[in-house]
Amino acid sequence: MDLSIAALLAQDGITNGAIYALLALAIVLVFTVTRVIWIPSGEFLSYGTLTLAGLQLGKAPGTVGLLVALAIVAGIVEVASSWRRGELARLPWRLLLWVGIPLAIALVLARAAPLHWPFPLQVMLTLAAVTAMGPLQYRIVYQPLADASVLVLLIVSVAVHFVLTGLGLWFFGAEGSRTPAFSDASLQAGAVVFSAQSLLVVLASLLLIGVLYLFFGTTLYGKALRATAVNRIGARLVGISPSFAGTLTFALAALLCAFSGVLIGPITTVYYDSGFLVSLKGFVGAIIGGLVSYPLAAAGALLVGLLESFSSFWASAFKEVIVFTLIIPVLLWRSLAAHHHEEDE
Amino acid sequence: MSGQRAGGVAPILEVERLCVSYGKVPALRDVTLEVAVGSVVTVIGPNGAGKTTLLAAIAGLLPSRGTLRCFGEPVANSPVEARVQRGLVLVPEKRELFATMSVVDNLRLGAFVRRRNGGASAALADVYARFPRLAERRGQLAGTLSGGERQMLALGRALMARPRLLLLDEPSLGLAPVIVREIFEIIASLRASGVAILLVEQNARAALQVADYGYVLETGECVLEGRAAALSDDPRVIASYLGHGKAFQA
Repeated sequence: MDLSIAALLAQDGITNGAIYALLALAIVLVFTVTRVIWIPSGEFLSYGTLTLAGLQLGKAPGTVGLLVALAIVAGIVEVASSWRRGELARLPWRLLLWVGIPLAIALVLARAAPLHWPFPLQVMLTLAAVTAMGPLQYRIVYQPLADASVLVLLIVSVAVHFVLTGLGLWFFGAEGSRTPAFSDASLQAGAVVFSAQSLLVVLASLLLIGVLYLFFGTTLYGKALRATAVNRIGARLVGISPSFAGTLTFALAALLCAFSGVLIGPITTVYYDSGFLVSLKGFVGAIIGGLVSYPLAAAGALLVGLLESFSSFWASAFKEVIVFTLIIPVLLWRSLAAHHHEEDE
Repeated sequence: MSGQRAGGVAPILEVERLCVSYGKVPALRDVTLEVAVGSVVTVIGPNGAGKTTLLAAIAGLLPSRGTLRCFGEPVANSPVEARVQRGLVLVPEKRELFATMSVVDNLRLGAFVRRRNGGASAALADVYARFPRLAERRGQLAGTLSGGERQMLALGRALMARPRLLLLDEPSLGLAPVIVREIFEIIASLRASGVAILLVEQNARAALQVADYGYVLETGECVLEGRAAALSDDPRVIASYLGHGKAFQA
């Protein structure tokens, strides 16, 4: 291996690592605020890529049907819970939120598809459509289980993963999609060639992470989510409702996954079920961060990306094995290093 | 039950036959109490009498049976957050601060329910005026504060929501006598500014000094009630809770 190959592998690893980092951050965010181990994060990545691919082909993506279906289910859940609690007066407003907005996005998506909007608008529309599914998923599945144990939430997450994969096959079909590269340009620095594509992926990830950093560090809503993660009871006592925090969290997490779906589109062909493997790699990163630390999770995801790219050079048949075996020493290290917290579940 | 009702003004909090149980174990049985507008009412009693359970049930952290009316409206079915929105705010015994966030962030989050009404900066200035120590420590993480400062922060955070009824759970627990005195002075000044307070305390002497009305809770039942001054003279209360001349036992 000479320098140029090493540089190429590193570049590849960092590019993939940046995408895994977004997923790792989404998984950490969801876990700290809602205690849900979010297995179905990968499906949101697949939906992101497949939605954008559909828009670029000029045909309505399966997201339209998916949004309509989720909106209908959310509407039924909302009517039932309002009825049970005798809060029918608030129902119209809630229906507007849970059914009206998703249906509006689905309508725009269906109408916009044949019009071949400019690329940035297609990306925005993709992000909006997939982000909307995050709160819908929370409203339908996790909000009614807000008081369940972490184990129950994990089991439910596995089920949701299978359901969403199935829905993905139903609405998007079995064919994979790949989106065109953002740019074919490349930069030469000595013996090393950087592709503009890789730089864009890394920069976009950094930009999104920066925006989230500002959101959590400076805005009241961002701080409210942090507060919920730090002290659930304290958060309720200042009036931050768990369902509010959960809805916002799942919107942000879905946005992160959709964004990584857009970024991964030109790198690899994405099928309805491709997201799972990618999200598992994000999950390894999140575990390195102990499911609580954002910087460690991002660094861990980067490590996963690098390890994957270098092992694909040396032992390509074992690349997944090597990546997932990483979790064993990490868990050992974490369990030895962890000072035991009092059990609060 | 009209011992403290003055001039027909409806009480700010009415609790009637409240029952709470942990599984099959009853923690509160048929507790009835009320808090008049602008008054301080204290609930005293030994460890394990159900005082903390009572406040948690009123705040909505625990499910309960019985009638619960606050500000004239039934609140038994509304979640904690809705009660906070209406001005019913609990300062819990464990403080429940956001340990890894700064003092000022903790305070600003206290005004979360009032985020659409504005006025958070004015409320923050009020809290700093009341607790100059918090102003000094504003940038520090809540988890690094001393016990007294943590209690001040918990009180300050509750005040940021502009409560009409404050539930205080053992505000003097584990604090040095000087700080205990300071906390009770703050309770008196809050009452002067029109906030009603339901105070749960093991420090019965200090609690009865600051309160208008008191209840004695034993093993989940209300065994005695009366004006605070009358309770202070009651031989049973003196024997069980006041002892002999021990001032400000923390």
